[in-house]
Amino acid sequence: MGFTAARPLCHGCTQGEAGSAQAPNSRMSAIVQFENVGLRYGLDSETLSDVSFSLASGGFYFLTGASGAGKTSLLKLLYLAQRPSRGVIRLFGEDVVTLPRKRLPGFRRRIGVVFQDFRLVPHLSVYDNIALPLRVAGMEEGEIDAPVSEMLNWVGLGDRGQARPATLSGGEQQRVAIARAVIGRPEILVADEPTGNVDADMARRLLTLFEALNRLGTTIVVATHDLPLMTQVGGAQMMKLDKGRLSDPTGSLRYPPKPQVAG
Amino acid sequence: MAGPDRRAAAAARHRLLPEGRVAGPMPWIIAIMMFLTVLSAAAGLGLGAAVKAMGADLAGRATVQIVEADAQQRDRLSASVAAVLRKVAYVRAVNPVAAAALADQIRPWLGQDAASGDLPIPALIDIELTPGQTDAKVDRLRRQLAAVSPKIRLEPHAAFLAPLAGLLSALGWLAGGIVLLMALATGAVVVLAARAAHDSHRGTIDVLHLMGATDVQIARLFQRRIGLDALFGGALGFTVALLVIVLLGARLLATGSELLSAIHLPWTSWAVLAALPIGCVLLAMLAARWTVLRSLGRLL
Ligand SMILES: Nc1ncnc2c1ncn2[C@@H]1O[C@H](COP(=O)(O)OP(=O)(O)OP(=O)(O)O)[C@@H](O)[C@H]1O
Ligand SMILES: [Mg+2]
Repeated sequence: MGFTAARPLCHGCTQGEAGSAQAPNSRMSAIVQFENVGLRYGLDSETLSDVSFSLASGGFYFLTGASGAGKTSLLKLLYLAQRPSRGVIRLFGEDVVTLPRKRLPGFRRRIGVVFQDFRLVPHLSVYDNIALPLRVAGMEEGEIDAPVSEMLNWVGLGDRGQARPATLSGGEQQRVAIARAVIGRPEILVADEPTGNVDADMARRLLTLFEALNRLGTTIVVATHDLPLMTQVGGAQMMKLDKGRLSDPTGSLRYPPKPQVAG
Repeated sequence: MAGPDRRAAAAARHRLLPEGRVAGPMPWIIAIMMFLTVLSAAAGLGLGAAVKAMGADLAGRATVQIVEADAQQRDRLSASVAAVLRKVAYVRAVNPVAAAALADQIRPWLGQDAASGDLPIPALIDIELTPGQTDAKVDRLRRQLAAVSPKIRLEPHAAFLAPLAGLLSALGWLAGGIVLLMALATGAVVVLAARAAHDSHRGTIDVLHLMGATDVQIARLFQRRIGLDALFGGALGFTVALLVIVLLGARLLATGSELLSAIHLPWTSWAVLAALPIGCVLLAMLAARWTVLRSLGRLL
C-alpha cells in the first residue's frame, strides 16, 4: 500500500509504547496561545474567565476539571467552533479572533477534533465517515482507500466499514470519531473525553494511537476525567479547569503524577 | 485525475447528503408551477404569433364603401370607382363585392329584408395595396376618392381589428407577466425548501464546517440536490403542460375558426417553452446556493 510511505501515521506504531511523548522544551514554539480569554454564553455569567496558557508545538496535553468546569467550552474555542467574548487566541502564530471568516476553513483543516458527542454523520457508513476529512480536503479518491482501511483496522473496526454509525455500540462510535479526527494527520488533535465509552484496553490502544501521532509532530490536547490514563503518557502535561478558570492562575502547566502503570 | 476516479470522487461527495429528496414537497410545487408557467407562456406566445399573423394579413387590405341610397346611382358610382382604383399603381387588386354575397353576409342580422333591395346597403369594393407605407397610401387614396364623390369611404381593415389586436396583445403581455410571477414564486419556494433542507441537515453541515469545508463546498451539495429535485418537478410539469397544449391545439384546429387557427406556435416559441424547465433548474440552483451561503454566513 502506498499509504505508509505517503502518510506514515501508524507506521511503526506498537501497542503499549507509553512514555515516549517528548516533554516540551524551548526548541518548540507555541502553537496555541490563549491570553485572558473569556467566554460568555448569552447573558449568563462567564463560563471561562481569564484563561491564559500556551501550548508548545509537538506537546501532549491533558485538560481536566469537574463536569461543567468548561472543558468542552475551552476546546470549542480551540477548534474554532466559537469565538471568545474577550481575550486573544493565537493558533499557528496567527490571531484567530480577528481572522476574516473565509480564512477559517484553512485553519480548521489543520485541527482534528474528537467531539464529546462523536457527531458521526448518521447516513454515511463508518468508512465514509472516516474518509470525510480527506474528501473535504480534496484528496483524490484513489488515495483514500488505503489510509481509511488502515485507520479502520487500527481502531479495531476493520470489518465494520460498511456499517451505519447507529448500528455501532457507543465505544465503537467513539473509535470511529477518533479515526476520523486523526486520519488527516492534523497539526493539532483536540479530543473531548475520547475514552469515555471504551474499556481500559481499548483506551490504552487509542492512547497509543495518539502517542504515535504525537511522535510525528501533532500537538495533542485531550480533555478527560481519567486520571490513570493521564499517567500513561510520560511527559504529558496537565491543565486543570476549575469553574471556568485555570486552577493555576500563573498559567504554568504541571506534570501529572508519575506513571503508575508500566508499559 | 482519471475518469473513474473523478466519478468516484463525485459519487462520494454526493453521498454527503442523504439519498432521496432533500426538499420535501418542493418538486411537486415546482411541477405545478412549471405546468402553469408553460401554459401561460404558450398562450402568450400563441397570442403574439396570432396578432403578428393577423397584422401581416390585414396590413394591405381595405374596403371602399359607396354609401348611396339610390341603387342605380350606387351601381354607376361603384363601377367608376372601381375603374379609378384599377388605374392606381399601388393598388394591387380590386374586387367589387357582389351585392348578393353582401346580402348573404348580413342576412343573419337583418333577416330576409336584407335581400329585398329596400334597405340602403352600401356597395363594397375590397382592395389590396402593394406592401409598405400603408398609411400614406391610404391617405392619398382617400383624397383621390373624395375628389370622385363625397359618398365614398375608405376603411383599412387593420382599423377594424385594432381593438381585437390590442386585446390579444394585452393578453400576451399578461401571460408574460404571469411567467415572471411564476419565476418569482419558484425562487421563493426554492429559498424556503433550501432553508428547510439546510436546517434538517444542520448536524452534517456543522461537522463538515468544523472539518474545514468551505461555504461553497457545502452550498454545492445543496445546489446539486435541489437542482435535481427542480429538474424532476420541472420536467414533470413541462411534460403535462405539453400534452395539454397539443390536445388543445387539436381542438382549436377542429373548431375550424380562422381566428383560433391563427394561434399556432412557430418553432422559436417551442424553443422558448423548452427553455422554461432549464431556466427553472438554473433558477432553483441559484436560489439554493444563495440561501445556503447566506445561512452559512451566520455561522462562525
Ligand atoms: N452552548 C451553550 N450555551 C449556554 N451554556 C452553555 C453552552 N455550552 C456549555 N454551556 C455551559 O457552560 C458550562 C461549561 O460547560 P462545558 O460543556 O464546557 O463543561 P465540561 O467541562 O465540558 O463538562 P463535562 O465534563 O460534563 O463535559 C456549563 O455550565 C454549561 O451549562
Ligand atoms: Mg464536556
